[in-house]
Amino acid sequence: MKLRLTFTVNGEPAEALVDPDKTLLEVLREDLQLTGTKHGCELGECGACAVLVDGQPLLSCLVVSHECQGRSVVTVEGLTVDGRLHPLQECFADLGASQCGYCTPGILIAAKALLDREPHPTRDLIREALSGNLCRCTGYQQILDAVEAAIVRPGHASARDGRGGQS
Amino acid sequence: MRLPSYRYRAPKTVEDAASWLAESPGDTMLLAGGTDLIPNMKRRQQVPATVIGLRGIAALSRLDTREGTDIGAGVTLTTLVRDERIRSKYQGLWQSAAQIATPLLRNMGTIGGNICLDTRCTYYDQSFEWRQAINFCMKKDGETCWVATSSDRCLAVSSTDAAPALMALGATVRLVSALGTRDLALGGLYANDGMSYLTRRPDEILTTVHLPEPAGWRSTYWKLRRRGSFDFPVASVAAAARFDGDRIIEARIVLGAVASCPLDVPAAGTRLAGQVLTDDLIAAVADDAYALAKPMDNTDFELVWRKKTVRSLVASALRELRGDDMREARVRLARHPLLVVS
Ligand SMILES: Cc1cc2nc3c(=O)[nH]c(=O)nc-3n(C[C@H](O)[C@H](O)[C@H](O)COP(=O)(O)OP(=O)(O)OC[C@H]3O[C@@H](n4cnc5c(N)ncnc54)[C@H](O)[C@@H]3O)c2cc1C
Ligand code: SF4
Ligand code: FES
Ligand code: FES
Repeated sequence: MKLRLTFTVNGEPAEALVDPDKTLLEVLREDLQLTGTKHGCELGECGACAVLVDGQPLLSCLVVSHECQGRSVVTVEGLTVDGRLHPLQECFADLGASQCGYCTPGILIAAKALLDREPHPTRDLIREALSGNLCRCTGYQQILDAVEAAIVRPGHASARDGRGGQS
Repeated sequence: MRLPSYRYRAPKTVEDAASWLAESPGDTMLLAGGTDLIPNMKRRQQVPATVIGLRGIAALSRLDTREGTDIGAGVTLTTLVRDERIRSKYQGLWQSAAQIATPLLRNMGTIGGNICLDTRCTYYDQSFEWRQAINFCMKKDGETCWVATSSDRCLAVSSTDAAPALMALGATVRLVSALGTRDLALGGLYANDGMSYLTRRPDEILTTVHLPEPAGWRSTYWKLRRRGSFDFPVASVAAAARFDGDRIIEARIVLGAVASCPLDVPAAGTRLAGQVLTDDLIAAVADDAYALAKPMDNTDFELVWRKKTVRSLVASALRELRGDDMREARVRLARHPLLVVS
């Protein structure tokens, strides 16, 4: 029997009739066609699948669909508002923090969650906040640089509220 | 990798959870943060017919520091490491929790799940197909233990970071079932057996971890892992001691990841009681711990070397308790300072 899932995705109410054994990652990608969130290790080891759930960054590959009922999910698609990129996304593009791009959505989500809690993190704190997100291309320096750049980029403080702000 | 089919139930109270669990304890499992159970289900290491999700039980997420400290089994590791009272009163617990997995996993993972974490092994933490290719192993679906083919028991490694730290601090746990409630010392929850590593009955729910007031106690946790960013422990040491000035009144040392359960080092208690921590005494206690540690060749790093590291981890822990400045040594081991986003 299918599961009727009613929750909020990127600020909009969403409803889907899903296979109850799916994870949130599978529901997002396969039932809601939100393929920005990436399917990496599927075991909690890489961070590619990170999304905000009720404002907290979680690994969607480990969240069962049943436990999404009524919750608010923000994916990387939700960082862009009216076609305007989030300051983090702009800085990632400007500073070459994304190469193959596979890790980027998860890292953007983890970095947004960090800046929502701590608007002026030190480099060590950024490193800690992103320590569960693996990147096989960049060597991480550009990623840390881009998050640092976003701290001072206009628009950061007002970053898309009501959408996965701190809970 | 897809999850196998299962029936999901979400109780709102511990009583409901306990009575549902009692219906069929043998093929029902509890789901807290899911960071251990969900990967294991995907790899078909654990295939419960029914999963009882605990996240809707508000009573399990309470953290109460009025008399001693009561930590609900459902308190997440993030909540724990962000709590200033935990950090200042139980440094060893804080240090252990801050080194568990990753920030994203700590947002999900709970203290109860960490205490009940499945034991780990190179021949077990693999996909179904991988395990099938070696004809499985004793722990799941097979007969032979590939780590020691003549062994009559599974030697999988206890890999919980928080449990040794909690045991060193004198933690007790509460287990609730439809039949009643029992409290026991956390050490009593474990058995040195990779398959039956918990003495918890399948119909019991761990509800609370209790820590006594830490007056006079100092505690610390030292962990060896492959990567600086995150990894399961391959050897760890939790130490706690109650001091009167420089003199130790009582002490406990518990080793992690060198047996199928957290290993208490009883000689540490007897040797340290009433003493001042001299370099010689530290070396003697480190030898006691070294003798007890039995790492097997079923996790990362070479086992003879892993056993040797126990000696230096114990020495570092005791020196830190003595008041030596161990910050540099800690950063050298972890390769970065211990930080959490508050
Ligand atoms: C990539 C990765 C790295 C990790 N690194 C570490 C690490 O360094 N150190 C470490 O210690 N752990 C590590 N973990 C394991 C895990 O994330 C943590 O141990 C976490 O605390 C488990 O809690 P959970 O709530 O997610 O457990 P779950 O997966 O929900 O449950 C784990 C087990 O406990 C049982 N259980 C849960 N709650 C209860 C309860 N209330 N009563 C009785 N039984 C219960 C479950 O049935 C299950 O068997 C890692 C995991 C991953 C995926
Ligand atoms: S220790 Fe032996 S029986 Fe246990 S999981 Fe490893 S190979 Fe299997
Ligand atoms: S896909 Fe979820 S952590 Fe790798
Ligand atoms: S850009 Fe390729 S994995 Fe990070």
